[in-house]
Amino acid sequence: MFFQDMTFELFMQHLTNGISLGSLYALIAIGYTMVYGILRLINFAHGEIFMMSLYFAFYGVAMFAMPWYVAFIVTIILTCLMGMLVERAAYKTLRDSPRITVMVSAIGASFFLQNLAVVLFGGRPKAFPTVGLFTDVLKIGTVSLQRLTLMIPIATMVFLWGLLYLVNKTKTGMAMRAVSKDHETARLMGVDVNRTITITFAVGSILAALGGIMWGMKFPQIQPTMGVMPGLKAFIAAVLGGIGNIHGAVIGGFLLGIGEILLVAFLPELTGYRDAFAFIMLIAILLLKPTGIMGEKISEKV
Amino acid sequence: MLKIENLVVSYNSIEAIKGITLEVNEGKIVSLIGANGAGKSTTLKSIVGLVKPQRGSITYQGKDLLSTPTKDMVKHGITLVPEGRRVFANLTVLENLKIGAYSRKDEKEVQKDLEWVYELFPKLKERSWQQAGTLSGGEQQMLAVGRGLMSRPKLLMMDEPSLGLAPLIVKEIFHIIKEIHKQGVTILLIEQNANAALKISDEAYVLETGLISMKGKGKELLENSDIIKAYLGETAGHK
Repeated sequence: MFFQDMTFELFMQHLTNGISLGSLYALIAIGYTMVYGILRLINFAHGEIFMMSLYFAFYGVAMFAMPWYVAFIVTIILTCLMGMLVERAAYKTLRDSPRITVMVSAIGASFFLQNLAVVLFGGRPKAFPTVGLFTDVLKIGTVSLQRLTLMIPIATMVFLWGLLYLVNKTKTGMAMRAVSKDHETARLMGVDVNRTITITFAVGSILAALGGIMWGMKFPQIQPTMGVMPGLKAFIAAVLGGIGNIHGAVIGGFLLGIGEILLVAFLPELTGYRDAFAFIMLIAILLLKPTGIMGEKISEKV
Repeated sequence: MLKIENLVVSYNSIEAIKGITLEVNEGKIVSLIGANGAGKSTTLKSIVGLVKPQRGSITYQGKDLLSTPTKDMVKHGITLVPEGRRVFANLTVLENLKIGAYSRKDEKEVQKDLEWVYELFPKLKERSWQQAGTLSGGEQQMLAVGRGLMSRPKLLMMDEPSLGLAPLIVKEIFHIIKEIHKQGVTILLIEQNANAALKISDEAYVLETGLISMKGKGKELLENSDIIKAYLGETAGHK
């Protein structure tokens, strides 16, 4: 019986951990899903953009001794620029190329950034700076957890609200949605499609940076390959929720994060299969509902 | 207003347009008729820069259009209502109309135009909060035309607005086209429905396999026996 050691406190601890991990997956997954929505491209470099954000924050705080809030703002700006740069260098020039070409370019960009990080920052793991305000331990009744664990989901909700406002209520967001449906007609309406795509990458990268900073505080060890697994899992979260759909990415992120933590909590002997859980979910969704939980029916254009 | 000279367009090695010359004068309704594959849509796509011609020139009010990016066409007053309506199915009706005015800054005038479009197409007003994808084919065509009008075009080009619509709706669409024309908008119309198009046209060109085979006043062409045989069918001539 695997419930025998599971007290309510412990369960709550696991659940909050799952929710905060899920929030982080969700934030990264949105970047995948938005770029996919607008370009029908899996931006494989997204995990690396996320990884870079952790290094930016690390260097800001640990090397340049910036106050954490300054370092975090700089991180967000640099990550945003980096995302736009990747788009400019690896995707924009291939706008009219077949999708497979762009995909190969995406994989190339991903490897390039990973190796660039090794060259620039070294391959040895570094310790992400701790910020007391976020990392101190909090006790609620008998449940003790890092403040961060509660702050992450709340912050994520705020960012999400901002994102949904941008996408659904602003002119830029309207252009994004129009471009995601039909580049040519959007152009006919006077929409600057390239600019809209750049903004999409910028927004996705900002969310990756926000996720990265919070990730670094929660799991304070950074190394150049660390973007791979969260990147893949966030991608799976996006597929799970229905790629191209922002709500879907969020739902997928939470399902994956909570599922992963609870799996390990209830069945500790499966701890080694923690990562496999995400991939099993991917296979399952592709078999059962390939368009994802929130996915639209795919109708071929005639 | 719009002048096309010796235009040649090819896709890979196949020439879709083999050197056509045509002119659209301000304040007129000009139609371009012809069968499938004659090069009608390609002509319109060349004008708005969606297709790059091999040779020839396209000028609009003396300005070279070939070097103008597609997204700037609406700023110059040129709007294309594309073939197959191409409304943004994931946007609401109102958003579709608003995106038609995307590059305009004169909010008050945009609001006025919105009311005008709603007046032309009362159905759109009823359904303004609905997603465009849920509209019927005829309503989508009306939305596509309305969206085009929201840019306040000087030259409105329409690619097969009657395609796949029920006869009653086709009638309504053509009625609306006349209505739009009365407001001083120049219209370049592409149609397979030659009969309906020629009736409302001041001038018309017949396009056949990439070449202009005939041109003239709309009414004249309507009575031309070759046209009747080729495009209107035997009975249509008696109408």
